[in-house]
Amino acid sequence: MNIAVCLKQVPDTSEVRINPKTNTLMREGIPSIINPYDVHALEEALTIRDRLGGRVTVLTMGPPQATDSLRKAISYGADHAILLTDRAFAGSDTLATSYILAGALGRLMDREPLDLIFCGKQAIDGDTAQVGPGIASRLGWPLLTYVTKIDGIDPTNQVFQVQRKIEVGREVVRCRLPALVTVVKEINEIRYAPLPDLIRAAHYPVEVWTNADLGLDASQLGLKGSPTWVNKISTPPMREKGEVLAGSDVAPAETARILADKLIPHIVVPNR
Amino acid sequence: MTVQEPTQQQLNQERWRDVPLEFEAIVVGAGPAGLAAAYTLAKGGVKTLLIERGDFPGSKNVMGGILYSYPTHQIIPDFWKEAPLERPIVEQRAWLLAEESVVSIGFKDPGFYEEPYNNFSVFRSRFDRWMANKVVEAGATLITETVVTDFLFDERADRRRVAGVVTNREQGEIRAQVVLICEGANSILTQRLGLQEDLSPGDLAVGVKEVIALPKGAIEDRFNVEKGQGATIELIGESTQGMFGMGWIYTNKDTLSIGVGVMINQLSRSGMNPNTVLEKMKQHPAVRPLLAGGETKEYLAKIIPEGGYHQVPKLYAHGVLICGDAAMLVNGVHREGSNLAMTSGKLAAETVIEAKKKGDFSSVTLKAYHDRLQDSFILKDLKKYENASALLQSNPHFFTLYPKLARYSARELFTVDNVPKKDKQKKIWHEVTSRRGIWNIAGDMYRLWRTLG
Amino acid sequence: MTAKKKKSPKAPPSAFTEKTVPPITDNPERSDTKAHEQIPLESIEAPKNLPAHGIWVYIEQLQGEVAPVSWELMGVGRQLADKLNCPLSGVLLGHDIQPLTELAFQYGADTLYAIDDPMLKPYTNECHSIALVQLCQAHHPEILLIGATTTGRDLSGSVATALRTGLTADCTQLDVDVDNRKLLQTRPAFGGNILATILCRDRWPQMATVRPRVFSKPEKQPERSGAVVWSDLGLDPSKTVMEVVERILDERTEGYLDEADIIVAGGRGLGSKDNFKLVEKLAQAIGGMIGASRPAVESGWAPYSHQVGQTGLTVRPKLYIAAGISGAIQHLVGMQNSDVIVAINKDPDAPIFRVATYGIVGDAATLLPAITQELGARMHGAPLGTERQL
Ligand SMILES: Cc1cc2nc3c(=O)[nH]c(=O)nc-3n(C[C@H](O)[C@H](O)[C@H](O)COP(=O)(O)OP(=O)(O)OC[C@H]3O[C@@H](n4cnc5c(N)ncnc54)[C@H](O)[C@@H]3O)c2cc1C
Ligand SMILES: Cc1cc2nc3c(=O)[nH]c(=O)nc-3n(C[C@H](O)[C@H](O)[C@H](O)COP(=O)(O)OP(=O)(O)OC[C@H]3O[C@@H](n4cnc5c(N)ncnc54)[C@H](O)[C@@H]3O)c2cc1C
Ligand SMILES: Nc1ncnc2c1ncn2[C@@H]1O[C@H](COP(=O)(O)O)[C@@H](O)[C@H]1O
Repeated sequence: MNIAVCLKQVPDTSEVRINPKTNTLMREGIPSIINPYDVHALEEALTIRDRLGGRVTVLTMGPPQATDSLRKAISYGADHAILLTDRAFAGSDTLATSYILAGALGRLMDREPLDLIFCGKQAIDGDTAQVGPGIASRLGWPLLTYVTKIDGIDPTNQVFQVQRKIEVGREVVRCRLPALVTVVKEINEIRYAPLPDLIRAAHYPVEVWTNADLGLDASQLGLKGSPTWVNKISTPPMREKGEVLAGSDVAPAETARILADKLIPHIVVPNR
Repeated sequence: MTVQEPTQQQLNQERWRDVPLEFEAIVVGAGPAGLAAAYTLAKGGVKTLLIERGDFPGSKNVMGGILYSYPTHQIIPDFWKEAPLERPIVEQRAWLLAEESVVSIGFKDPGFYEEPYNNFSVFRSRFDRWMANKVVEAGATLITETVVTDFLFDERADRRRVAGVVTNREQGEIRAQVVLICEGANSILTQRLGLQEDLSPGDLAVGVKEVIALPKGAIEDRFNVEKGQGATIELIGESTQGMFGMGWIYTNKDTLSIGVGVMINQLSRSGMNPNTVLEKMKQHPAVRPLLAGGETKEYLAKIIPEGGYHQVPKLYAHGVLICGDAAMLVNGVHREGSNLAMTSGKLAAETVIEAKKKGDFSSVTLKAYHDRLQDSFILKDLKKYENASALLQSNPHFFTLYPKLARYSARELFTVDNVPKKDKQKKIWHEVTSRRGIWNIAGDMYRLWRTLG
Repeated sequence: MTAKKKKSPKAPPSAFTEKTVPPITDNPERSDTKAHEQIPLESIEAPKNLPAHGIWVYIEQLQGEVAPVSWELMGVGRQLADKLNCPLSGVLLGHDIQPLTELAFQYGADTLYAIDDPMLKPYTNECHSIALVQLCQAHHPEILLIGATTTGRDLSGSVATALRTGLTADCTQLDVDVDNRKLLQTRPAFGGNILATILCRDRWPQMATVRPRVFSKPEKQPERSGAVVWSDLGLDPSKTVMEVVERILDERTEGYLDEADIIVAGGRGLGSKDNFKLVEKLAQAIGGMIGASRPAVESGWAPYSHQVGQTGLTVRPKLYIAAGISGAIQHLVGMQNSDVIVAINKDPDAPIFRVATYGIVGDAATLLPAITQELGARMHGAPLGTERQL
């Protein structure tokens, strides 16, 4: 089984701090991490490879610093890492990103066949969950999103079976290989790299592809190739100032009475 | 499907797995000290492993501060041509704050705007990251998100030698001939070796800082500097609510770094929280206009080791050296730290390079590091100020009364009210001596001169 | 990229139909599809002189039940359609869906585009995206709204890419710029800390997914009706590549939090699992469900399915009582659209008070029992015949 994993380097939004006074974002010094869902995608790929053999290749599109994330993936056990980086890629939205990643995966497939492509459910910086579906659509591959478990893979018959999350529970889907899968965190527990692998990975020569290698249509890249654009940034609006019913100096029973006067109309009168 | 012949790039790709896991030196911590040490070691042909616990070098060290040009230039010549810097500093001011007023002195020299410059404001997160890349280019191996928790020892009949480190990862032991401890203030590893006692609150200051974004052009206007140039202000007196410590304001590209550092024992005695101290300083009438319309982007609190000369631990043992904040190498009086850290890292690395030539990493050879520090400005400066901290801590009037007197005197002198200057001087003299006896003042000045002068 | 000739906009999406798709039980040749050889689908021709092409709402249904978010979208779709002076249409895909068609009109649709085909039951990404792409290519909607459910997100990403158009996920506000007919799509970014308004340039339809419960469900108008435009799917069942083997539905014991009219939520300020029980008691007394902040869930006081906020559920009840919750932005985004918000917090400066309709500064541990008693007593004493709407 040859598997590709698309992973994205993202700012760690759990470290995004808000200035309590002005309610604005503080960006300085926010560390970059591998998108947490993508780590689970990688873990799943490694588990399958360890069971069935083959190679795991990780790809990321991003600035040269994204090499750090690729090396980290190598330290976890990936066999091969490719960085897609080019000025022309900057500013890509999900449509352009999936075009670039699909192009790169196509090039990878010229070199070695792929059976599975893994993506994370979504990237925590944008939360869009569109790139995985986008790549599948570009490649014409079947798509399975929100996968919680891979039940079985039958390489001879080129089919596999997964469980995926749906709004009201789970469903079991059988699907032809090759296919693209996006995973949620529940799918597995991630491993941490042992020290020797971490040290070796620091020496891993990441393969770098620019658009000169991919030969993609320039009009579909970066800002030019991105139909969506951010028009305005604002802070979430606050509701109108409410009413303070009672302070700490009022007895609880009295406070409860005042509150009940206000709330009863909302909870017992029909069609208020 | 045919698979093509492997390319040269693919062959390289396979080869990385054979990287031997052997290192001559391990540097713990990628702050200024560790980065300078690892860079010098790698350039000197020593196989070096640099271990940082943060996500990347500088990630635990996000704040703006002042980087000194000369010591950095000695390590990476002409670093200013490519390093991410904010502004070269052309003017340094010192402010003596009383309740409402300020007595100010300053020195400005446009010559500082020319190579080799004097110092720069920087953001550590960016600068350290850049420098870490240099370290890797020089040939050292950098690993992050890994915490060194302990040492490996070689026990021989006659001595116990540090022979490597233990980390928090699986198969986490790694050996080397020498370990450089560059882990910053409150070094656990130094304590583990028994080289440093537990520090007391009187040896540590806490620094709190904010980065405040200002409208475009505001920095040039408010600090009276040319485009691209920067200024610093050090504030004492009311800035720390009369406690032993100092406030500072540095200009970055389009933000200010503003902070205060106060000794922990003084803080706990006053019951004040360092944020309150900073908040009050920001409200001072002399400071407020500099920040007007600004927006806080970031804040941070960190320990500064200010034990001074007497608290510097033994700096070496068999197979181990200690640099930077971990070794208490901070000059609190001149708010110098990163330069001492870098220079000590460099000197430690040079000592290791020599030790490698000799093939001897015992304390006998490594003692040369201590001698190098002794000969450098580092220990000379720390020695010079050895009593400063004690003096200032035991004489709070330096931070309370004198700023007030300075204010009173200056105000009298500068108020134009047709009172003859001679009478004014008399009046000032009278006021000053009535607040603190003349002999006390003379004694204060003498001691201050002896310790700082 | 060896782009083949531009296709007529009505051509079916090549990604799905041009390759041979073997039945999954066969042992097929490995697909030799390469990205290089994919035919880029052109986006739908831009409506040149901007005739109103209409707003579409995807009506998501599962086993004959429509996801509430679809009707919520119909409500906001109506407002947008009125502003743009264009029709509002529903899109309904499935099998045996005839009984649902009326509902679409009753919730506000002027037209309904529908495909009824056994291959559309149950939902698969493969067949539903082909169906929706075909309809878009045939009828040129100007705006396409889809609920940001797991199904909606699964579908929208595929469809937007096949149509080579822009897609904004997880919107929380929608508006239109009437002059240039742009959909103003506002969504939280950076972990909910800021809001970004996103526009789509020169591609159609302008696509957005919208979080459930952000908009309110419009009133049903039983008298409304309209015309259904039926189409055929025209796919060969033997050529599908995926099949749903089994559905395991969650046991639905007490309804879903995001459908509750009353939620009583507790946070870290309650201090202990025992105190959290006070929240449960109040909820019980007034017929509500419990909600929780993330720390309360992480401490094991409430199950994850009750977490409100950015990484939990978005809720929009008639009444939301928050006890011992500070009101971090990640929590607020999940509940700030509630009709009435009551906040109980010791700290008068807690940000939760900024969204509260009624604020009480005080100790939740003593206030909750008092409120439980008072409200419980009054509700039992409510005049006979007053129907409780919970
Ligand atoms: C608020 C404040 C303002 C300052 N302003 C200035 C200024 O303007 N100019 C100036 O010159 N100096 C200033 N200093 C002092 C200066 O920051 C320090 O002296 C300098 O950073 C010391 O460098 P270092 O490398 O010894 O330690 P650090 O910078 O603390 O670096 C130590 C590194 O080691 C890592 N580490 C720690 N333990 C481990 C472990 N067990 N395993 C792996 N990694 C570990 C840490 O993550 C860190 O990256 C300031 C200090 C403070 C607190
Ligand atoms: C990426 C990300 C996603 C997140 N997603 C979510 C999410 O989905 N949902 C969520 O809730 N959080 C989420 N969080 C966490 C969020 O940032 C806050 O940390 C969390 O909401 C705080 O929960 P809390 O209000 O219960 O606790 P705290 O912030 O600790 O507040 C406790 C409050 O209780 C008050 N209090 C204390 N004692 C009493 C008393 N006796 N009586 C009355 N009041 C008292 C205190 O004054 C305080 O205001 C997320 C964070 C991140 C970074
Ligand atoms: N720039 C990128 N490089 C590699 N993979 C990406 C990139 N952007 C998104 N992905 C993949 O697509 C998934 C969904 O991302 P998103 O659509 O941005 O939420 C991620 O979890 C990644 O697996």
